[in-house]
Amino acid sequence: MQLTGAQALVRSLEQQGVDVVFGLPGGAILPAYDPLLSSSLRHILVRHEQGAGHAAEAYAWATGRVGVCIATSGPGATNLVTALADAYMDSVPIVAITGQVPSPLIGSDAFQEADITGITLPVTKHNELVTDVERVPAAIAEAFHIAATGRPGPVLVDIPKDILQASMTWGSWPPAMDLPGYRVPGPPDQARIRQAARLLRQARRPVLYVGGGVIKSDSHADLRRLAEVARAPVTTTLMARGAFPDSHPLALGMPGMHGCYTAVAALQEADLIVALGARFDDRVTGRLADFAPRAKVVHADIDPAEIGKNRVPDVPIVGDLKVVLAELADCMTTLVAAEGAPDTSAWIASIGDWRQRFPLRYSQLSDGPLKPQHVIERLSALTGGDAIVVAGVGQHQMHAAQHFSFTRPRSWINSGGLGTMGFAVPAAMGAQVGRPGELVVAIDGDGCFQMTAQELATCAIEKLPIKVLIMNNGFLGMVRQWQELFYDERYSYVELGTAIPDYVKLAEAYGCVGLRCERADEVDAVLDKALAVTDVPTVVDFRVHDREGVFPMVPAGRPNDEIVLGPEFSELEQQAATRREMTAR
Amino acid sequence: MSTHTLSVLVENKPGVLAHVAGLFSRRAFNISSLAVGPTEDERVSRMTIVVDGASTPVEQVAKQLDKLVRVLKVVELDEDSAVERELALIKVRADPALRGQLLEVATVFRANVVDMSPTTLVLEAVSSPAKLDSLLAMLEGYGTCELVRTGRIALARGSAVITDDAAVEPGAAGIAAASAA
Repeated sequence: MQLTGAQALVRSLEQQGVDVVFGLPGGAILPAYDPLLSSSLRHILVRHEQGAGHAAEAYAWATGRVGVCIATSGPGATNLVTALADAYMDSVPIVAITGQVPSPLIGSDAFQEADITGITLPVTKHNELVTDVERVPAAIAEAFHIAATGRPGPVLVDIPKDILQASMTWGSWPPAMDLPGYRVPGPPDQARIRQAARLLRQARRPVLYVGGGVIKSDSHADLRRLAEVARAPVTTTLMARGAFPDSHPLALGMPGMHGCYTAVAALQEADLIVALGARFDDRVTGRLADFAPRAKVVHADIDPAEIGKNRVPDVPIVGDLKVVLAELADCMTTLVAAEGAPDTSAWIASIGDWRQRFPLRYSQLSDGPLKPQHVIERLSALTGGDAIVVAGVGQHQMHAAQHFSFTRPRSWINSGGLGTMGFAVPAAMGAQVGRPGELVVAIDGDGCFQMTAQELATCAIEKLPIKVLIMNNGFLGMVRQWQELFYDERYSYVELGTAIPDYVKLAEAYGCVGLRCERADEVDAVLDKALAVTDVPTVVDFRVHDREGVFPMVPAGRPNDEIVLGPEFSELEQQAATRREMTAR
Repeated sequence: MSTHTLSVLVENKPGVLAHVAGLFSRRAFNISSLAVGPTEDERVSRMTIVVDGASTPVEQVAKQLDKLVRVLKVVELDEDSAVERELALIKVRADPALRGQLLEVATVFRANVVDMSPTTLVLEAVSSPAKLDSLLAMLEGYGTCELVRTGRIALARGSAVITDDAAVEPGAAGIAAASAA
């Protein structure tokens, strides 16, 4: 069968099982948009290509499938770069398809020409400029294979206009892939698994340090089995919130710069850390040399390059966590049946003591300024954790990660590694498309919201009833917090103002429901009203206290031992926290 | 300076050099030298990359290189068990009075004269990087006008072949990461 390159592209996407693509057409990609019109694919017309990229990412986060975005050459393609970099940092499987100027014009500075494969080289898992129309199906099949397997990541396929217009012979699907240099790790080393189980059996102060890999590999059930049989507490990183239920007695909460005191202290005091799909990021470890000084480390990851990159493990395990965790839990179960359960009771008692004395703390007076933590806790309570929570980047993101009680995986979507402001609105859109009928709530900041708010139009037209809760403090709040703490309260260009734009009117102008809430005693009623809307997006302008900080906090580059509890704790409490009295050592 | 020599087999496709060079730049690894050329298999090119071990974590370099989709195999060659060679062309000031001395130096280092003018000589030297450095040190006193070096290339000594443990066909999947510790 003879097809054009464009028809082959669309047919390849259909064959690949894609159901939705996020995109925005333009000159060079135009040939692809023609067959798109008569295809089974749902195309969501975004208002800015960055929105298409983040929507594809969140679709992937929410569904576990590869997200797809399409843009034209030049500025269309460069607008995808932030989303690609974001997906690369957070190992999110997306495929970006970009039009390119016709082959004979490449290199001539043609209209809307940009070397997008060159530009995205450092922020993609792989990319390719297709130079032969016959290769279109294989290029697409390879892109999906690379994006989804091994450590997932973004792949970009750049197709010149003349290739889209040229004629090719459609063969059978799937096409033969030509990836001689691409390897996915095989089964994990059994001896290492046994060694890890043996260490867990002997440990007195173990911690399971769980990263995003557990969610991506869908191995949360085996994680829970392992934690329970090993009687080991679990800390879930920013990328792994929801991998282990926060209500579980062994849950420590989030570690790191704005982690719970209990999680940070447990890692520092641990005699064994089992890192599962985590990468010892600087935001988790604090000053690396002082991180968990007494701990032996088991590090399991699908990417061999992560093992030993920051912390050299005692037991390295390369493999798919789905297999690693199942085998480790089995191995541990056998060991415990033979030798009895590990004795971690004193350790768990110490942790219980920390949890009680140094919890996440904030004060919401009934007639005082509204606190963002209160809004998030009420959302968590009213939904029972039964929501997909999306966040931007900054104080609201940290408050959401801390105060929402997560119950299941793929219910938390954020920009972790890159820290992309403006992620939330388009990401909520992508999550809602991937999980229609479920409640999707974006917790956003006023600074973030204004970067990508235009996608509200897309959501309204597509009847995507996302909720956007703006924690409006009129500031770039996290930057303000750093200026307060580290720049002598010199607030240099961080004030946005709370009133411009009028978020309620803006929401209405976009065809959304707009609500405002200024007092703590109104929060439940306003949230109820927002949650009741089912046909269009809802935006709520929560006017929150502008001086509320995020605590606890480990100052950047400092050891985790220097964790600051914040203004809600007394000097005596801070001293006790720093001494870290323990019933077990 | 402790250098490490990596032999890297890559697919002979457009953009591969950019992928490899881009990796070094993005990860802040330093390349001391890089030489690329075809191999006995036209689908495969071979890069010889020399990195400074003091400033660059060699194991990370190898692991990250191995992750590139167009990279087929990464092997670190041990200096003692590999043949390492580099070609240099050197234009040296050679007044007639000094020419004889220079030719003597060239003979000792088995360098060939490939061009001559009334005031200069161009020498061609092929040798191990260390020997080349000694030659250059010797020539410095005469005045080196211009120097070009190809960068190091290397092969393991003995009967071992870089494609050992891997199928000869570069299309075979499932090769264990050759560089993994």
